[in-house]
Amino acid sequence: MLGLQKKDASLLLLVFALTMLAPFILNPFPEGSGWAQFNAGYPDLMQRFVIFGIFAIGFNILFGLTGYLSFGHAAFLGVGSYSAVWMFKLLSMNVIPAIALAVITSGLFALLIGFISLRRSGIYFSILTLAFAQMSFALAYSVLTPITGGETGLQLALDDPRILDSISAAAGGNIPVPSLFGIEMRDSSEWSVGSWVFTFNNGYYFAAFIMLCSFYLSIRIFRSPFGLMLRAVKSNQQRLNYTGLNTRPYTLAAFVISGMYAGLAGGLMAAMDPLAGAERMFWTASGEVVLMTILGGVGTLIGPVLGAGMIKYMENILSKINSDILHTWFAFLPDGLEDFIVTIIYPFIGKGWHLTLGLLFMMVVIFLPGGLVEGGQKIAKLFKRGKKDDDGAKAADATTPAE
Amino acid sequence: MGILDVKNVNKRFGGLQALGDVNLNVAENSVHAIIGPNGAGKSTLLNCLVGKLIPDTGSVMFDGQSVLGRKPFEINQMGISRVFQTPEIFGDLSVLENMMIPCFAKRDGAFELNAISSVGSQTDIVERAEQMLEEMNMADKRHMHAAALSRGDKRRLEIGMCLSQEPRLLLLDEPTAGMARADTNNTIDLLKQIKEERDITIAIIEHDMHVVFSLAERITVLAQGTPLVEDTPENIKGHPKVREAYLGESA
Ligand SMILES: Nc1ncnc2c1ncn2[C@@H]1O[C@H](COP(=O)(O)OP(=O)(O)OP(=O)(O)O)[C@@H](O)[C@H]1O
Ligand SMILES: [Mg+2]
Repeated sequence: MLGLQKKDASLLLLVFALTMLAPFILNPFPEGSGWAQFNAGYPDLMQRFVIFGIFAIGFNILFGLTGYLSFGHAAFLGVGSYSAVWMFKLLSMNVIPAIALAVITSGLFALLIGFISLRRSGIYFSILTLAFAQMSFALAYSVLTPITGGETGLQLALDDPRILDSISAAAGGNIPVPSLFGIEMRDSSEWSVGSWVFTFNNGYYFAAFIMLCSFYLSIRIFRSPFGLMLRAVKSNQQRLNYTGLNTRPYTLAAFVISGMYAGLAGGLMAAMDPLAGAERMFWTASGEVVLMTILGGVGTLIGPVLGAGMIKYMENILSKINSDILHTWFAFLPDGLEDFIVTIIYPFIGKGWHLTLGLLFMMVVIFLPGGLVEGGQKIAKLFKRGKKDDDGAKAADATTPAE
Repeated sequence: MGILDVKNVNKRFGGLQALGDVNLNVAENSVHAIIGPNGAGKSTLLNCLVGKLIPDTGSVMFDGQSVLGRKPFEINQMGISRVFQTPEIFGDLSVLENMMIPCFAKRDGAFELNAISSVGSQTDIVERAEQMLEEMNMADKRHMHAAALSRGDKRRLEIGMCLSQEPRLLLLDEPTAGMARADTNNTIDLLKQIKEERDITIAIIEHDMHVVFSLAERITVLAQGTPLVEDTPENIKGHPKVREAYLGESA
């Protein structure tokens, strides 16, 4: 299907089904029940799942395939957001030109930064990219205020030119919202079944569609001769050089492609909520995508998406649980015990979610170096044991090192 | 005029004269061995041929063109392939994938952005790689991780990868170092077979005299960075200077 091997095609199909049914899957608990706060099926969060999924998929093309660990990818995310907002201001509230410009400018920016940073490898490469990203952040925050809006960020204004939609702007007194040929990104329809409420948001489905396309493209890249060369770069760059291959353009192409993915994610963020701020370029944002990729499984196809989902879920759900909620949960226990348990759990929730993430990250790195994907494979193998002999499974593993 | 012509090459590392006025001429389609005690400068000389090091003075001509100042990948594309002292392969990739990479380099040159079609759809490359593995007697290991191969097999794979590019000059740096006797003999047979089947020039660095005398047509003896003598194996065996500098030492 679509020029993919059977295994990859079924993976794509699975991701397709999961993203399309996400409003149901992420909202398993009825409204008003004690568990409802674990529901993640609201537009804002669902959008973030797929957008950070795109960011991590792109990052994995660089880090997962070539082994070059960029610590400055948030810079491209920020550039994408700024470009998209400028397109909204100047040209049109349609998201297509905004996203197109986001991808193009971040690609050019990645070409420049990659050209310089790829002169070094290993830790020096990481530090160069980090330095560039922090420089971009500082510039966006100060000198470039006319372009970036500085501290307040870049926002839409009523008197923006918006050359292409001047007619519609004249009609209303409000700032228009991003749309896809009239379909507004922020619009949702709701469907209540019993005490469940499912929300179908236009913006989410648009971003999910783009995420599926990005995922498909990344599978093609992984399985292509280009992808093979990138894996060879990671494995033994010296051998590649003495085999007549010029590694520099390969790594640069990977860098630019992953920069464009980041720009696409940044552009989509602006399309969901038309503003952009310098904090999107801050180094912690670059670090987050590294965590997502490692948590999910470096160099695997689906891992980065899982990692992104995991971290965004924790950031948004775990962080909202406070001690009051904990007390209601454990109210059935005797008073002393209740207090004791709440005190123990408390550091790991609410503002302490970073602690939980840190512990989870450590566990994964130590026990599952292949990330959540490796965990999944191990579980699958436990179930399969007995059916297949081990040698056959190992041989199959060797032929498809990147699932 | 040989295919490889090294003239007056000097290379210093700080105070150490690693190569002093090295002249070397390798005739086309011959097997030329370079021998010498540890630290004689053999690997350094090889590094100067493939662009890993740049000599301080002198010239290195391959088929009438200078290789100096060219990058390793450019020199490889000119037709020089190198096997390293410790096998250099792509450990994380399968044996078949290892073999496909030089085939791509041969077909597409130093860079080709082929990011959409699948590797499996490149039937000419897959066939070529499979055929090469067949020739190396490694077809049954095609799906193994290259890192899991035995040392002898790694060496075989590396030689096969170099051959799949159909180089005009093959450089081998101690291909049998650390090998068991049986593996060494296999390697000798393999190299003999390679030589019989195609037009190729081989320059080989080797400590094992058994290997040298079974393969080489000419031998250059290097000692302390300078060539002592260059002659046929028969004459080298009895040469007093060589006995003194090299064979005497190992006896
Ligand atoms: N990059 C380098 N920097 C400094 N000294 C070097 C370097 N490479 C080699 N040398 C020195 O140059 C001399 C020649 O080394 P080379 O590796 O060419 O010897 P060799 O003949 O290949 O020896 P062996 O048989 O042990 O492989 C040695 O004394 C070595 O220490
Ligand atoms: Mg050596």
